[in-house]
Amino acid sequence: MKKFEYTINDPVGIHARPAGLLAKAAKALDSTVTIATADGRSAAASKLMALMGLGIKQGDTVSVLIEGGDEEANAVAMEQFFKDNL
Amino acid sequence: MILLQGKGVSKGVANGPVYFFQRPGITITNAPASNIETERERISAAQEKSIAQLNDLAEKVRQETGDETALLFETHAMFVEDEDYVECMMDTLAEEKCTAERAVEIAGEKFAAMLAAMDDAYMQARAADIKDVTRRILNNLMGIVEGGIDSEVPVILAADDLAPSETIQLDKSKILGFITQGGSGNSHTAILARTMGIPAISGLGDTLKPELGGRMAYIDGETGQVAVEPDDITLAAFQAKYEKQQEMKELLQTMKGQEDVTLDGRKIMLYCNIGSPEDIAAVLSNDGRGIGLFRSEFLYLASDNYPSEEEQFQAYKEVAAAMEGRRVVIRTLDIGADKQVGYFGLQKEENPALGVRAIRICLNRPEVFRTQLRALYRASAYGKVAIMFPMITSVWEVKECKRACQKVMAELDTEGVPYRKDTEIGIMIETPASILVAEELAKEVDFFSVGTNDLTQYTLACDRQANDLGKFFDPHHPAVLRALKIAADAAHKAGIWIGICGELGADMSLLETFLAIGIDELSVSPTSVLPLRAQIRKSIAKTCTLELLEC
Repeated sequence: MKKFEYTINDPVGIHARPAGLLAKAAKALDSTVTIATADGRSAAASKLMALMGLGIKQGDTVSVLIEGGDEEANAVAMEQFFKDNL
Repeated sequence: MILLQGKGVSKGVANGPVYFFQRPGITITNAPASNIETERERISAAQEKSIAQLNDLAEKVRQETGDETALLFETHAMFVEDEDYVECMMDTLAEEKCTAERAVEIAGEKFAAMLAAMDDAYMQARAADIKDVTRRILNNLMGIVEGGIDSEVPVILAADDLAPSETIQLDKSKILGFITQGGSGNSHTAILARTMGIPAISGLGDTLKPELGGRMAYIDGETGQVAVEPDDITLAAFQAKYEKQQEMKELLQTMKGQEDVTLDGRKIMLYCNIGSPEDIAAVLSNDGRGIGLFRSEFLYLASDNYPSEEEQFQAYKEVAAAMEGRRVVIRTLDIGADKQVGYFGLQKEENPALGVRAIRICLNRPEVFRTQLRALYRASAYGKVAIMFPMITSVWEVKECKRACQKVMAELDTEGVPYRKDTEIGIMIETPASILVAEELAKEVDFFSVGTNDLTQYTLACDRQANDLGKFFDPHHPAVLRALKIAADAAHKAGIWIGICGELGADMSLLETFLAIGIDELSVSPTSVLPLRAQIRKSIAKTCTLELLEC
């Protein structure tokens, strides 16, 4: 399992559009990607509504867990995605 | 060939496939489904169709308006694909043993509620997106098409009869003509058809059968004839008429830019009736010189909650600005009677035409009235807006309306919002009471505009919605024409102008009578402007007589 932490820069947090892009990006990977908040809630990155339900705001730090498949490469891809979009 | 005979309510010949209007709003029941597996497949199919539609839509708007809107539709497509959302539908199916529709509805409500409960305004607002997406899936499940017309080519729209809220939502670029089972010349379908300048036939009754759907037909809005798959002789007759109609259209084009004046120099203000800002294009292309009646109801009918001041302001401003300083008479809310709006929560009335409608609703609900007046006055800064109050029967009503206007103007003064202080205020003359106290009313306002449909209905005690009154419903009745004369004399005595904004204004056979009575303004469907102008320019006002006022 690979894991990294990321602090959200986007002023409206993980809102609908980036959440949609994230879900799409996560689905394309052969790993299971899970997003966890500091207060212990989590959701699969491939599930748009569940992601929105986490209510992640600007300044929140989330943990991103990558399990199965090519964890190494997928973690790099996810980290890049967060930097570009969130 | 199948020939049907109805009543022609909007002139013209059209030719195209018959298409039956699909009515949304099939109620979703709690009834159990017979086969859950079938329902499961139905949801999957509707889901796939929705995703495809949304992606197509995204592609289309990307080319037209750019990425921003396209992303919205793409996000909607992602909602439809969301695993939890779909899982919730499927679980509901299994647990409740309900129909696909009910399962989709429950899932939509659940997710919309989840977002609405979040402590973040942005996420709360996304609840509306979920509702939108849910409605799309439901529409696909039930075979309902937005705009009511699921056809690539323009059609002859067939229906039992159309409600005002339904006609507003129609995709008008797809309609060549209307044919309806019920309805009368005064129905909203007929009025809409005349505004659009397309033929319409009503009162076809049971002869208009669903199996005619998809078959080619010619319709003639003058004779009321519908010919489905016409034989050669009938076809030739229709085609000849169609060609003549095109020739006439070209001839009328020469009337553009000409003054509306009789041979002996009497000028008439020739204005247009419109129902939404979309109609402005028709006004300008037909060279209408102003708007004599802008029905503000579309804002209320097309929405499922009270339209905001901003929403109204934008619509009024759009029309005022587009008319570039020419007069735009906007009528305040005129619902009730045949135009019902659910969220107003109006009581069901035994006799709605005589009930709480139009100005009565506004005076009973000052907040609704105030919102509209604020929007109207704010729009007055962008053109020449005039405000008109409908269904007036008493002087005190007009005084109360004017007080409401004063109050709104004072508010805008305090807020420093621009508006025109000299905005004209007028009233509709459409009740016998207003005729009898016309002299007193004229002293209170800047103009009169006669609504002939209602004036005829109330004067002759004939329900305008009933289609079997026939010869009893006679807008040419001397009583109606004499009422016009009384109102015109009262208006001129007080030095104000009087117009006609009802259907009668475009009645060529009455033009001479109107000239003799001294009507100053005629407000008609945009497509009636050029024919009427041609007629006015051939008339001599001095020789017109009042003979039709005799019994």
